[in-house]
Amino acid sequence: MVLLETSHLTKRFGGLVALRNVDLAVEERAIHSVIGPNGAGKTTLFNCITGFLIPDTGDIRFSGSSIAGLRPDLVARLGIARTYQNIRLFRHLSALDNVLIALHPHIHYSLLDAILRTPRFRRAEQAAEREARELLAFVGLAGKEFLTATNLPYGDQRRLEIARALALRPKLLLLDEPTAGMNPYETEEMIRLIRRLRGERGITILLIEHDMKVVMNISDVVTVLDFGEKIAEGPPEEVRRDPRVIEAYLGRGAASGLGPASMPLPGEA
Amino acid sequence: MTIAAPQRLTGGRRIDISQLIVWGIGGLLLTIVFLGSILTLRAGHYSAAQWRDFIVFGIAQGAIYALIALGYTMVYGVLRMINFAHGEVFMSGAMTTFFLADYLNRSGFLKSHPWVSLIAMLLFSGLVSMTVAVLVERIAYRPLRGAPRLVPLITAVGASFFLQYTFRGLFGSGVRAYPAIPVLQGKLWVFQKTQIAVFVGVLITLVLLVLFLQRTRAGLAIRAVAEDREAAALMGVDVDRAIVTTFAVGGFMAGIAGVLYALVFIQVQFFMGFLPGIKAFTAAVLGGIGNLPGAAVGGLVLGVIESIGPSLFFDGYGIRAAHQLKDVIAFTILVLILIFRPTGLLGERLGGEERL
Amino acid sequence: MIVHTVRRAVFIGLVTGIAAWHLSLVGLIPAFAQRRLVGDTVTFSYALLVTLLVLAAYATGRRYPGATQRIPWGMLSALSAGLMFFLLALVLTHLNLRQILLNATPELARVLTFGSGATIVGLVRVLLISLLSGLFTGALSALPYPWGRVIVSAALMTLLLGLLRDVLGPLLPRGVTSFLYGPAGLSLAGALVVFLLAAALFALRWSRRANGVTARAAAAVPSTFRQPVTRAVLLLILASVPFWAGLFLSNVADFVGFYILMGLGLNLVLGFAGLLDLGYVAFFAVGAYTMAVLTSPEVGQRFTLDFWVALPIAVVATVFAGLLVGLPVLRMRGDYLAIATLGFGEIVRLLVLSDWLKPYLGGAQGVTRIARPNIASWRIDSPQEFYFLILVSCLFAWFLSIRLRDSRLGRAWFAIREDEHVAQAMGINRVTAKLSAFAIGASFGGLSGALFASLVGSVVPASFSLLVSINVVALLVLGGMGSLPGVLVGALALVGIPELLREFQEYRLLLYGMVLIAMMLFRPAGLFPERIHRRELEEAVEEAREIAPAEIATGRG
Ligand SMILES: Nc1ncnc2c1ncn2[C@@H]1O[C@H](COP(=O)(O)OP(=O)(O)OP(=O)(O)O)[C@@H](O)[C@H]1O
Ligand SMILES: [Mg+2]
Repeated sequence: MVLLETSHLTKRFGGLVALRNVDLAVEERAIHSVIGPNGAGKTTLFNCITGFLIPDTGDIRFSGSSIAGLRPDLVARLGIARTYQNIRLFRHLSALDNVLIALHPHIHYSLLDAILRTPRFRRAEQAAEREARELLAFVGLAGKEFLTATNLPYGDQRRLEIARALALRPKLLLLDEPTAGMNPYETEEMIRLIRRLRGERGITILLIEHDMKVVMNISDVVTVLDFGEKIAEGPPEEVRRDPRVIEAYLGRGAASGLGPASMPLPGEA
Repeated sequence: MTIAAPQRLTGGRRIDISQLIVWGIGGLLLTIVFLGSILTLRAGHYSAAQWRDFIVFGIAQGAIYALIALGYTMVYGVLRMINFAHGEVFMSGAMTTFFLADYLNRSGFLKSHPWVSLIAMLLFSGLVSMTVAVLVERIAYRPLRGAPRLVPLITAVGASFFLQYTFRGLFGSGVRAYPAIPVLQGKLWVFQKTQIAVFVGVLITLVLLVLFLQRTRAGLAIRAVAEDREAAALMGVDVDRAIVTTFAVGGFMAGIAGVLYALVFIQVQFFMGFLPGIKAFTAAVLGGIGNLPGAAVGGLVLGVIESIGPSLFFDGYGIRAAHQLKDVIAFTILVLILIFRPTGLLGERLGGEERL
Repeated sequence: MIVHTVRRAVFIGLVTGIAAWHLSLVGLIPAFAQRRLVGDTVTFSYALLVTLLVLAAYATGRRYPGATQRIPWGMLSALSAGLMFFLLALVLTHLNLRQILLNATPELARVLTFGSGATIVGLVRVLLISLLSGLFTGALSALPYPWGRVIVSAALMTLLLGLLRDVLGPLLPRGVTSFLYGPAGLSLAGALVVFLLAAALFALRWSRRANGVTARAAAAVPSTFRQPVTRAVLLLILASVPFWAGLFLSNVADFVGFYILMGLGLNLVLGFAGLLDLGYVAFFAVGAYTMAVLTSPEVGQRFTLDFWVALPIAVVATVFAGLLVGLPVLRMRGDYLAIATLGFGEIVRLLVLSDWLKPYLGGAQGVTRIARPNIASWRIDSPQEFYFLILVSCLFAWFLSIRLRDSRLGRAWFAIREDEHVAQAMGINRVTAKLSAFAIGASFGGLSGALFASLVGSVVPASFSLLVSINVVALLVLGGMGSLPGVLVGALALVGIPELLREFQEYRLLLYGMVLIAMMLFRPAGLFPERIHRRELEEAVEEAREIAPAEIATGRG
């Protein structure tokens, strides 16, 4: 069953077309990768899905209902969580608080409950804390609950971002280059974590990734974007051999004159 | 593009109740102003000559705002921050130059060489303001570059009060009156001669500014940094130096504005920077902060509205002492423009956009 | 290398000298020339000058490892600063600048040379004091960890007690007063005793901290604060203020209370949600004017309401004002928000001031004959009696702040402060989060304003200028944005002390400006940093002690 579907999605920034008629269908419980050279529009796609950008035309459907243009917090409440390409944690707060904040939609008590510290408040807070600790343990941050986010090592920060996203209890998780800047060992661990996300929690994953080893390793489906357009889609092996993909990564570059003057190579394709 | 950019309304589904209320209030204000104007014009208390004088005064005042606004806009262009202390930079020149003017007056030089004196005063004031602006940048802003936005904003507020009360401490809290400059007394056609001096002064400064930005290496560096700081640094532009130059140039113009202001309003005081500062900022936003021609246009527009506004908008309602509401009009414009069109009338020009 | 070091030391000295010139010429240093702190000789002016010398020496020495380097370079730096003092004194004696610079008096020259004037004796004196300051600083900073701090803190405490002689003197038992204090300031013996006592206290405190508590957790308010007994004692002391403090001091306490209330309110907006509101005074004004209009027979309607009826109306009115300000600025980014709120504040003030609204709001003359509260037959009239009302309000606001902070709403505010974009992606509705911060924050300001109007009995527009907003921002910044004890400390330091010392009044805003800049430069988290998660931190420290390293390692895999 298709969980997320975009149809004819187009987004322009002034003259620049960041997404052009993108059709994407993410199957439930799939690990779906989006790849493409720098500036291809991958992050823009995420921003459209999560409600931070409003697509100019086209539609986005999640579990059958349209979410294009919906406010970001409402999108999040529907069950779409994300991480960021350049880590964006609540930097001065503890790891636990980072996760607790994302549990926000799932904590229910009134302001009065909070002021009077009613049993309802206590129960909700305790349950939230339990869940947050459990999530931190799940991503491997047990025992680091009270460290400030900035004080965590890089790899841990990435995992904390995932724990925070999980706190939304998402059906769909968008990961924007989760292994960027990681060493091979950390990357291995991240791959395992992503697999567990689907295996143990049944979360569908939409993944932007530059590291081709990762992409080939875990994806069920790969979509390739180039200059905002979808140029290929299919199982990783197939996409890898697609001439258009090879061209996009190795071919034109500056010569095309359509996009950024230089198009650095991603990953080790 | 900020996260809060108005462009986000286009989705149609983003308009929520909070926004409807805001738009409602905006509409109500516009209606009040519009109705008031009609009522005033129908009543016909003011003659055409009076309106003309309002406008002339407004333009003179607006020209001064424009000059100060350029400082805000240039600093915003290169640093993406509001130099909250810029009004005090303006004040420091005017206050300090009072003593030069007073000296020139008492020595008789002002009478014998009015033009030389005037130019000396302008230059002196410009230099003082320039020094103050550069010092503020060096002490209060530079060490905090790259800190969260709130931080330099707070130091800017601090610098503003620090300067105000430093000048109060140095020179006292009394009002000082600039000596009259003999050649600038009286009227020429519908203009006061001081008003003409203001127009000419502002015009010359603007031309010099444009020449500076277009024709010199330093000006080029400023424009490069405004466009993209990182790229400029990579291309070998000395970013620190470009920023200091920006503050220096902005400060110099504020100093000149200070003397021009004193020519028109005679009196100077330690607190005099606050209102013109805020209004010049309003002008800068009105014209699109970061946009140089915008600042000039914004200044003139604001000056004129402020000058004719109280009579035009409120007289028709029979409001007592409508002229007291002059500043209310200015502040209301400020708030409205920040709410409804933060990119200003002419849009953001100097400098790129902020990303999500 | 040496040349560089020398140049740096001299440069710091010169900069310090210029700072001294500034403080002298704006009048701060001469203003305190009569304020004796210890014995007959140590005036507040001298203390300020020596502080500058010490700072110069400290700033110079801090980057070198040991006393052997810290002392000579610190001394050199202090010496250059001292020379600058003398230079200004020399200029002042031989040039008459008084036409321009208000404070360029021969008297200032005497102060700058520690009482001698710009003569050879004066020069020797200045240089000697500079050298000693440098020596002293270098030696202190070379002491092992808590001791340097202990001595400096104790010295500052001594000076503070000397400064507050006129306030504390009448309050203490007569015997103690006559021992501690001389005709002006502390007596020498008194100073010694105070210094030693303070040193002992600080030493105790810091040595406790040094025992295995991390630096961050250590900066917390001592955990004894949380214990019920300590709390009760503290409350009792607070509640007893009007009984031992006189009229003057109670009045000051009331004003500090108003600012604590406002500080707590703005803290929700600025400290918790990270929204810089420069027009906070508007809420104070709305509260005060609502109280005034509703209870004074002078303006507006024919009827007047009772204080207790008007108070909730005033608070509700400010909540609405908060929403009204909050709604349009929801989408604004930080700096625009600051300016827009400033605009709102000014609009409110100008409207109140205008003749147009004079029939309703009293115009420039304001409104008088505002009601005072009655409780049964007890009429709350004097500042002492009002104190209780203010205390209860502050405690209530404090309590509310804590409860909100520790709730999901509080976390939503922090999230918005840290990163608004991500906060939304985490399901936080920024409209409700920001509006609630504005509304609740405003209500504290309104409460403060309503009480203020009633205590003073009248309101005039001049009491609601931008300076009030700046004052509140400055006290938050000093104490630490987001920190509740910080609000207390900030209000005491920035409202209490200037109210107590009339010489300060004039330099209050200069001081605020310096505080805003200096805090952001050197200590952006404030003197009492935010301790949102002290509980967690304490736990963290304990856990860190309990969990064996091996366990942490396995927890990772
Ligand atoms: N908010 C914005 N305003 C204007 N242009 C934007 C904005 N966001 C992205 N762009 C532009 O849209 C294009 C696509 O950007 P996007 O960030 O989606 O690329 P990407 O595929 O994520 O690249 P990368 O691999 O470098 O992360 C780029 O040219 C970028 O400069
Ligand atoms: Mg990207």
